[in-house]
Amino acid sequence: MPINYYIFLSLTIFCIGIVGVLTRRNAIIIFMCIELMLNAVNLLLVAFSKMHHLQQASTSAMAGIDGQLFVFFIMVVAAAEVSVGLAIIVMLFRNVHSVDVNFLNRLKH
Amino acid sequence: MSKLVYLIPLLPFVGFLLIGLGRKSLSKTLTGIIGCSTVLAAFIISLLIFFEVRHEDFQTQVIQVFPFIEFGKVSIPFAFQVDQLAALFLLIITGVGFLIHMYSTAYMHEEQPEHFARYFSYLNLFIFFMLMLVLGANYVIMFIGWEGVGLCSYLLIGYWFKNEDYNNAARKAFIMNRIGDLGFLIAIFWMISQFSSTSFAEVFAKASSGSTVTIITILLFIGAVGKSAQIPLYTWLPDAMAGPTPVSALIHAATMVTAGIYMIARSNVLYSLAPLSQNIVAIIGITTAILAALIALRQNDIKKVLAYSTVSQLGYMFLGLGVGAYVGAVFHVMTHAFFKALLFLAAGSVIHALHHEQDIRRMGGLKKNIPITHFTFLIGCLAIAGIPPFSGFFSKDEILIAAYARDPILYWIGLGGALLTAFYMFRLYTLTFLGEYRGKNDHHGDHDHHIHESPSAMTIPLVVLAVLAVIGGFVGLPEIFNDKLGTSHYLHHFLSPVITASHDEPHVSANTEYILLAVSVVLIVVSCIAAVNAFKRYKYSAEEPKGFGKILANKFYVDEFYDAVIVRPLKSFALFLNESVEKLAIDGIVNGIGKAIQYGSRQLRWLQSGQVAAYVLLMVISIIIFFFVQFFVKH
Repeated sequence: MPINYYIFLSLTIFCIGIVGVLTRRNAIIIFMCIELMLNAVNLLLVAFSKMHHLQQASTSAMAGIDGQLFVFFIMVVAAAEVSVGLAIIVMLFRNVHSVDVNFLNRLKH
Repeated sequence: MSKLVYLIPLLPFVGFLLIGLGRKSLSKTLTGIIGCSTVLAAFIISLLIFFEVRHEDFQTQVIQVFPFIEFGKVSIPFAFQVDQLAALFLLIITGVGFLIHMYSTAYMHEEQPEHFARYFSYLNLFIFFMLMLVLGANYVIMFIGWEGVGLCSYLLIGYWFKNEDYNNAARKAFIMNRIGDLGFLIAIFWMISQFSSTSFAEVFAKASSGSTVTIITILLFIGAVGKSAQIPLYTWLPDAMAGPTPVSALIHAATMVTAGIYMIARSNVLYSLAPLSQNIVAIIGITTAILAALIALRQNDIKKVLAYSTVSQLGYMFLGLGVGAYVGAVFHVMTHAFFKALLFLAAGSVIHALHHEQDIRRMGGLKKNIPITHFTFLIGCLAIAGIPPFSGFFSKDEILIAAYARDPILYWIGLGGALLTAFYMFRLYTLTFLGEYRGKNDHHGDHDHHIHESPSAMTIPLVVLAVLAVIGGFVGLPEIFNDKLGTSHYLHHFLSPVITASHDEPHVSANTEYILLAVSVVLIVVSCIAAVNAFKRYKYSAEEPKGFGKILANKFYVDEFYDAVIVRPLKSFALFLNESVEKLAIDGIVNGIGKAIQYGSRQLRWLQSGQVAAYVLLMVISIIIFFFVQFFVKH
């Protein structure tokens, strides 16, 4: 399968993520959209990694492996982020009984 | 002994620190003791140095205290030079300085302890700087002292700082000195660029006649003109009489104003190489001598008369320097220090006795009330008028004879000035001490109870100075008398290692000299008698003099002229700068920047809405912009 399909797919997912973050107010949905963007990048990394591996397999057995390593890093960091972020959202809900981010504009003052 | 020379300036400096820092806690007695004893100790060391220096085989010593300024090939050490000229000035400064310190303890006794201590700390600081000036082994050290004495003069003229006129007088003195100092400073820079040294020995060795030396000597002379109150910068000195009278005696008559003479006498090697500068010095000197003497004829303030007489005598000293009679000029500095300090202190005693009356039209008949002051003042008058055998006669005649040898016209003008000197001094004497008392409370005999002789702390310095004013002249008898008596001109002999230039000065024949001496003595005596006769029966009148007398009473309108030509245009220019440049342009720019930033930040404040979505949107937009920018930069 040509690499272009993967690029277009991940671009689409990434844009959905951006638009979601920009337009939605619900903190959980914003959170999910951020995950969407991260995973779009992951998909791209894996695709390029595979491409490089196919092109240079003859010279080096390890070619393109670093892309897949990045993916694991991102997944670990995202998991850590999720735990912190969800905890914040839970605290937010306990305090203001809402997960609407527009309630969080008090930092302005 | 010369190794201890650094103690001479150090002691008065320590005195200054002690008194200045402890001025709130020291009693008046203690202040007086510290102030006087440090100067006395410096005087004793100076005496020891003098006795060492007068040995035949004494060599000029340069004592380096520490390296001071070093750059490139130039090295200016902080060094003192001990030689005959410095030793003579050390004696004058510390000796007269000590007497005046002692006098001040009584004269300033009415002051508050704190101000009394302030006065003495300034006085000690002045002695310190003056000693630095004469001890310095190069022009930079001399300049440090030069500036320092200017500062002390400013502080002491404005000592009674609550009076605005006195403050103005102090500022005037400082600014006028500053103009001269600029000349001196440029001369030092010129020396560094030409000779890459400022030490006396090196500069004198490297100098050769030519435009360089002429320029340097003229610039140095500009410095001397400011410090020694010559035309055109003399107007500060009469105003400087605003300070306490002992200050006028010490700074504005005996020592500081002679710094210019010292500097030129020190640079005699340079001046001998520059005939043009010598002529300028002589012409300025003689003009000042005559002009100031004329003004002094019509002054009514006892201190103003003495101030103009100081300007006039300084003019004589410059005439001496200009015609190559360096020893004569230094000799006159010495005798002038004695008799002018004496006159000022005696005038202070008169003022003290009359409770701060300074107008001589209001005095008269004080002869019997204050006999010691009267007697010493008379000696001072005789000395300054130039009547033999008082000291002024010898020094003044040495200068005038040297002037005759250069050009008889200079002699006759100088003699005219000497006649004027005799006249105004005896006018001052007659109005003050002879005739009837013309004071405000002249009920019969009433003033006798109020006017009394000053305390002994004031009369002892008067008597000592009077003795010096009588005998001071005998160290420099004219050549013709020396031939008869088999003695020698001691001062010439003493100063010969330092002042090398005066050997080739033209001499006049003995007969001419006899005639000139006789003529001058007869004319001066006539002038004195005329003055006494003219003012013996003076009655007080407030009417203004007319014609030429009015011009003299108004000091040739020089102050008014300077005011119109320099001060007022400068002030209006400053006002213009203040009104338009400062307020419109500079303030406008500064305030404008401030306002623009305030306005800009108020507008930017809307960006910080607190809406997370807005921030994210901004981030995304920025990323896109960066993306495009990078894209365009690459292609």
